[in-house]
Amino acid sequence: WRRNHRNTSCVIMSNNMQFMLLFSRQGKLRLQKWYVPLSDKEKKKITRELVQTVLARKPKMCSFLEWRDLKIVYKRYASLYFCCAIEDQDNELITLEIIHRYVELLDKYFGSVCELDIIFNFEKAYFILDEFLLGGEAQETSKKNVLKAIEQADLLQEVRYVIKPPWEQ
Amino acid sequence: MPAPIRLRELIRTIRTARTQAEEREMIQKECAAIRSSFREEDNTYRCRNVAKLLYMHMLGYPAHFGQLECLKLIASQKFTDKRIGYLGAMLLLDERQDVHLLMTNCIKNDLNHSTQYVQGLALCTLGCMGSSEMCRDLAGEVEKLLKTSNSYLRKKAALCAVHVIRKVPELMEMFLPATKNLLSEKNHGVLHTSVVLLTEMCERSPDMLAHFRKLVPQLVRILKNLIMSGYSPEHDVSGISDPFLQVRILRLLRILGKGDDDSSEAMNDILAQVATNTETSKNVGNAILYETVLTIMDIKSESGLRVLAINILGRFLLNNDKNIRYVALTSLLKTVQTDHNAVQRHRSTIVDCLKDLDVSIKRRAMELSFALVNGNNIRGMMKELLYFLDSCDPEFKADCASGVFLAAEKYAPSKRWHIDTIMRVLTTAGSYVRDDSVPNLIQLITNSVEMHAYTVQRLYKALLDDISQQPLVQVASWCIGEYGDLLVSGQCEEEEPIQVTEDEVLDVLEGLLVSNLSTPVTRGYALTAIMKLSTRFTSVNRIKKVVSIYGSSIDVELQQRAVEYNALFKKYDHMRPALLERMPIMEKTASNGPTEIVQTNGEAEPSVVEAKHPPPVTQPTNQANDLLDLLGGNDVVPVIQTTVPTKPASAGGELLDLLGDLSLSGIPPMTAYNKNGLKIDFTFERANPNPNIAVITIHASNSTEADMTDFVFQAAVPKTFQLQLLSPSSNVVPTLNQGTVTQVIRVLNPQKQQLRMRIKLTYTHKGSAVQDLAEVNNFPPQSWQ
Repeated sequence: WRRNHRNTSCVIMSNNMQFMLLFSRQGKLRLQKWYVPLSDKEKKKITRELVQTVLARKPKMCSFLEWRDLKIVYKRYASLYFCCAIEDQDNELITLEIIHRYVELLDKYFGSVCELDIIFNFEKAYFILDEFLLGGEAQETSKKNVLKAIEQADLLQEVRYVIKPPWEQ
Repeated sequence: MPAPIRLRELIRTIRTARTQAEEREMIQKECAAIRSSFREEDNTYRCRNVAKLLYMHMLGYPAHFGQLECLKLIASQKFTDKRIGYLGAMLLLDERQDVHLLMTNCIKNDLNHSTQYVQGLALCTLGCMGSSEMCRDLAGEVEKLLKTSNSYLRKKAALCAVHVIRKVPELMEMFLPATKNLLSEKNHGVLHTSVVLLTEMCERSPDMLAHFRKLVPQLVRILKNLIMSGYSPEHDVSGISDPFLQVRILRLLRILGKGDDDSSEAMNDILAQVATNTETSKNVGNAILYETVLTIMDIKSESGLRVLAINILGRFLLNNDKNIRYVALTSLLKTVQTDHNAVQRHRSTIVDCLKDLDVSIKRRAMELSFALVNGNNIRGMMKELLYFLDSCDPEFKADCASGVFLAAEKYAPSKRWHIDTIMRVLTTAGSYVRDDSVPNLIQLITNSVEMHAYTVQRLYKALLDDISQQPLVQVASWCIGEYGDLLVSGQCEEEEPIQVTEDEVLDVLEGLLVSNLSTPVTRGYALTAIMKLSTRFTSVNRIKKVVSIYGSSIDVELQQRAVEYNALFKKYDHMRPALLERMPIMEKTASNGPTEIVQTNGEAEPSVVEAKHPPPVTQPTNQANDLLDLLGGNDVVPVIQTTVPTKPASAGGELLDLLGDLSLSGIPPMTAYNKNGLKIDFTFERANPNPNIAVITIHASNSTEADMTDFVFQAAVPKTFQLQLLSPSSNVVPTLNQGTVTQVIRVLNPQKQQLRMRIKLTYTHKGSAVQDLAEVNNFPPQSWQ
């Protein structure tokens, strides 16, 4: 299923984040971001299996595991597991930093973020993620800039219609 | 119609459900309300309804009826609507359904919107889930945005372009002009995404790669600035400035430097700088070091830098952080072939990792351990690996067993050791051993002639203990059938011979036939073994009885065998002894690499036989041998995928090493050459079946403090001889006697003349080329008489 979406003849395309999942210790999904096209059925199957695998890991184990032909990088923050699937050539250690950066962003935005924030404001969690990563890659490496963009976008929601003021046209 | 409940209200309500059924009921009720709201084309609450739908979708409930609504939201002029609409599109729409194409026009409009946050939404969605058709239609817009001076949009356009290229590689060319001054940007977001874009283009096209090589100096400069610049609060992570960008640049440098001397040289200094100056107390520093190591190992770096890289990995291995140890093992596995000696220095730490509690670390350590096994450390390593095999999880046992067999075959110090090792694996992990190991092992046992009595005795004893492990049982049955006579006559020299009668042996074999634990294949082995014993044992009547019983077995395979054996007894009894006699030694023909047969043209100007180094093999070639095919045996395919070996395996030479224990051929070894720390010993073997061929194995060892690299051994013999030089085990003679280079010479001496040889040695030592000629005249008489 992994190579299906790449309609290319190239062989060594193996650095990309394929998906990110957030789930609770009871296995409840809190966020799912997919960067590869899969059917709903396939996504559910992957989620189920992976959640089971990660939850079975003991606390002292390392944050990486091989699963199917992907590398899984996961870290638990309080009651939430942050889980990324990366490809063969990707750097696991920097992926941990990506996860950590996302958590920091959530924390700054919500103010001492906890699982409930993500449950009740899941759409915001997505918006923040989409300002940080695009297509599985970091689009902005400055924490400040990501948060600023979110802030501005949030303000726009207050406006009735999206028209640029004259002095910006 | 009352206003639909708010999203948070719904979430709160659903969370109060105490059972799955209760939740389902709530969801169904709400979905029904949402559906009717959609039907009424309610613009005001569409956004709220879709948001709720997305929540329910996350819980696992179907939400496809909201797809078109997402499209309507995207087309709305309210930013809130667009935000939820695009989110919904990314979650609910699927590129495999045509409905997603309806988005294309909206996205096109939004890419040109006057508000950058709307443009951002469009770019994000396209870059995340755009199908090939959408990408084709919108590539032009993305390309335009790649050239904008608005860094907020430019960075997103770059990653969007990456996605477009992945979906429609032919479009890559059109983005080339826009990449012109991407790296001159100051904005880190743009820099980072530009580097990702450049990386993608270089990986896909060799032309692009060549074109972008000129960027190396600029990349080096950017990286240098990041390291040397002072504290920058905006990009700082634990004292390191923009680690994400650093890692990305390092990766691009890797691709650009690979296989290119100039580029590699241009980045040498910065790599050394990063490697030595990066703070290693936190994960972020180690992430950069890790990427640096990978880059150093992949490009054409100078040896000092490579050593630095391996040492960093060595330090990683000792780090308390499991994650660091894990990546160290992974990287070492990648480099073990090319920098074997450097990795060997960390062998004991690697072996310790076999005892780690973490499954991923154990697996890596196991693979690496097998890669490090060589003739010098085989005993010690095998002890550790067998201990690992005893206690590891079942998921490892098959691979570990295969690895043990392979290593034992290549480096066994003695045949007794080899057989003992095999026995150990069969008894402790017998049910995990691969099926194709059975014929391989049988062949090995057959060829270890003087160990037959010992082997069959040990296998018999193992059977008495446990008949559940099929590979063990199969090999044991075969051996008992073949060497049962040795078993009952108590001929074992290696250990105390056991007292066992023919009836006891037949009891065991018949027991296999009736046991529930035996597979049909095993039963076949047992029956054939019993039949073979009819020419080795005296209790033929008993055997006849067993065979005739199975003539009416339900198992077709067994029945056929029994019927044929019965016929053998009845009508073809005169043929029976010949048919069932002892198996001959099976020869493995060496087919790894070309070998040279050269005729010398006289003593005055002997042409020197050159040992050609065969091209590196990426897979083990199949050993062509009819007898092996009969048994169904091919080479055990190694499970451990390693990179191209620079040490071509000389199967012929090593097998002869295996068969030829030094004292066994009766011809004493000799030292042919011993000068400047290089010592070359010759050991001898009579080739079977031609007694005119002397098989000499050279063993080159190096007692100095530096490796001897590019080592080439050449030999010439007088006119009446013929010489064949097989491929050497390696062209590096390691320092301080840490290993030997072996090579096999076959000398045909039909006239039984006194053997003389002139040898030429060339190698590089401490940077300078060394060459020497020598005469070898002290061959023992037995080697040529």
